[in-house]
Amino acid sequence: MSALQKVMGWVDDRFPLTATYKAHLSEYYAPKNFNFWYFFGSLALLVLVLQIVTGIFLTMNYKPDAELAFASVEYIMRDVDWGWLIRYMHSTGASMFFVVVYLHMFRGLMYGSYRKPRELIWIFGVLIYLALMAEAFLGYLLPWGQMSFWGAQVIVNLFAAVPFIGDDLSIWIRGDYVTADATLDRFFAFHVIALPLVLIALVAVHLVALHEVGSNNPDGVEIKKHKDPVTHIPLDGIPFHPYYTVKDIVGVIVFLMVFSAIVFFGPEMGGYFLEANNFVPADPLKTPPHIAPLWYFTPFYAILRAVPPLFGSQFPGVVAMGLSIVLMFFLPWLDRSKVKSIRYRGPIYKIMLALFIVSFIGLGYLGLLPSTPVATIFARIFSVIYFLFFLLMPWYTSIDKTKPEPERVTG
Amino acid sequence: MKRLKNLIFLLVAVPLLAAASEGNIHLDKAPVNLADQDSLQRGARLFVNNCLNCHSAASMRYSRMQDIGLTEEQIKDNLMFAAEKPGETMKVAMSRGDAKSWFGATPPDLSVIARSRGADWLYTYLRSFYRDETRPTGWNNLVFDKVGMPHVMWDLQGELVPRFKKDGEHETIEGLELAKPGSVTLAEYDAMVGDLVNYLVWVGEPAQLKRKQLGLIVLAFLAIFFVVAYYLKKEFWKDIH
Repeated sequence: MSALQKVMGWVDDRFPLTATYKAHLSEYYAPKNFNFWYFFGSLALLVLVLQIVTGIFLTMNYKPDAELAFASVEYIMRDVDWGWLIRYMHSTGASMFFVVVYLHMFRGLMYGSYRKPRELIWIFGVLIYLALMAEAFLGYLLPWGQMSFWGAQVIVNLFAAVPFIGDDLSIWIRGDYVTADATLDRFFAFHVIALPLVLIALVAVHLVALHEVGSNNPDGVEIKKHKDPVTHIPLDGIPFHPYYTVKDIVGVIVFLMVFSAIVFFGPEMGGYFLEANNFVPADPLKTPPHIAPLWYFTPFYAILRAVPPLFGSQFPGVVAMGLSIVLMFFLPWLDRSKVKSIRYRGPIYKIMLALFIVSFIGLGYLGLLPSTPVATIFARIFSVIYFLFFLLMPWYTSIDKTKPEPERVTG
Repeated sequence: MKRLKNLIFLLVAVPLLAAASEGNIHLDKAPVNLADQDSLQRGARLFVNNCLNCHSAASMRYSRMQDIGLTEEQIKDNLMFAAEKPGETMKVAMSRGDAKSWFGATPPDLSVIARSRGADWLYTYLRSFYRDETRPTGWNNLVFDKVGMPHVMWDLQGELVPRFKKDGEHETIEGLELAKPGSVTLAEYDAMVGDLVNYLVWVGEPAQLKRKQLGLIVLAFLAIFFVVAYYLKKEFWKDIH
């Protein structure tokens, strides 16, 4: 027995190292027919790690203090060795996190990855998405620029729309009557420790649940139905390591090329990743003429603005916005189709999914613009389609003409 | 030849400025070229002479100007009027309270002004001051109406006055014309403002030159890594059908 084997044996007697490695990598059998859309899960994990590591280094030099925060970011950009790179990686990473997560979620919608037996994977995923939105919102206050300040002011004021307790609730969240130093301190605490812990825990259970039931695939058929009679390995499954590790490395490099192109050549991304107005220090006395959230929140912001106020209260809009995310949790039970994958779905689902995507992107676009009567009409139409995609799903998925699923994956 | 250039410039620039006054202000394209170290150095000189009296650039250290080809001696001898050591940041002596009472608003810090306003805005703004006796400073600006800042470089540009256009009841500004020439021609003044804006763009992010250089190396590395990874994947997957 070699020295390494001895050490491994010693560890394995005390901790399931080899067993864990096998269960999650070398003997985790994934369908062999993953396509382009299956890169985004591992990429999301990569971005999470990037955000945590760059975040640690930013925390070493950032000052969570209303008087010092803005200048400390510029200090990082100028005087900290490689500070500009760390900061741009973190700011680009925030937007790219949403890019990969949105594509990852779209993959789920296309191939029915949320369907039985993967309901919990989907629910954990939606929780990750919620935690990510909270994390991004909290982090956006930290540079303490004008958009940081007024964005936080607008969003926290949404809680003030809750009947009866609203005002007290928003003061409780802010720790002051307006967004102020107390708000910055608590947002910092939540951004650097509370939510990252929640995110990591959720990602862990997301993966444990996935590896328990096994991955879905573009055909939406269960590879565990056809196993080798002797080895009990799914016939269409291949070990995650080395096959998907070497494949994901290719995806990682392509992703890093896009990521680097942004970080090194256009970190502001034309104002979508870093807004011009956020290079103005926060000024509680000067409201910017146009306040829009960052691009990844704008679909929900557009829904919020599309709903007309009731008795002068914005509460219905806030409820609609909340509902637009809560509905995602119910997706596994709203879908009544006999098949999972879009490859075998009928025309109705395909049209509904296309309309849904158009509406989501349309809402995202409208959410960036100042509100105008025409924009509001479009936002209302898109919002209605957004909700109908979910609410009518039990009906249209059950009447849709599906094609027969194959027994085995088709490659 | 120079006179001809000035003439051509006037023919082009004046209608452009005229367009600037109408509703949506047209911004002239700033001649930003960060590779031009001479321009950046001229801009630095204009900046410390004209801007740094009221405006700070509190995130910017004097010594950083070594990145644009200046030596520490040159910085100390020619560009440091308000600081003792080159490692200090560009602060001003004027207090915020005084500034507010003198100008109606505290002059903003200019460290990242090019990132918030944009180079074209700054370039147009600094060339659009005009005489307006209704203002406390005697100056107004086409791009920033009722601005608190006076025309600091008026001795260079000269005095521009508005040309009005009757628009029914209202009078609107159609354009600006030179009433009293300054010490340089308008074309020379524009070139100077171009240098100053170029410098401000650099000040907005002094690391940007290094950033783009490094970016090419990173992308080249990733491209090579991609080829290796692609064939590695192909080799592993050749038995999977």
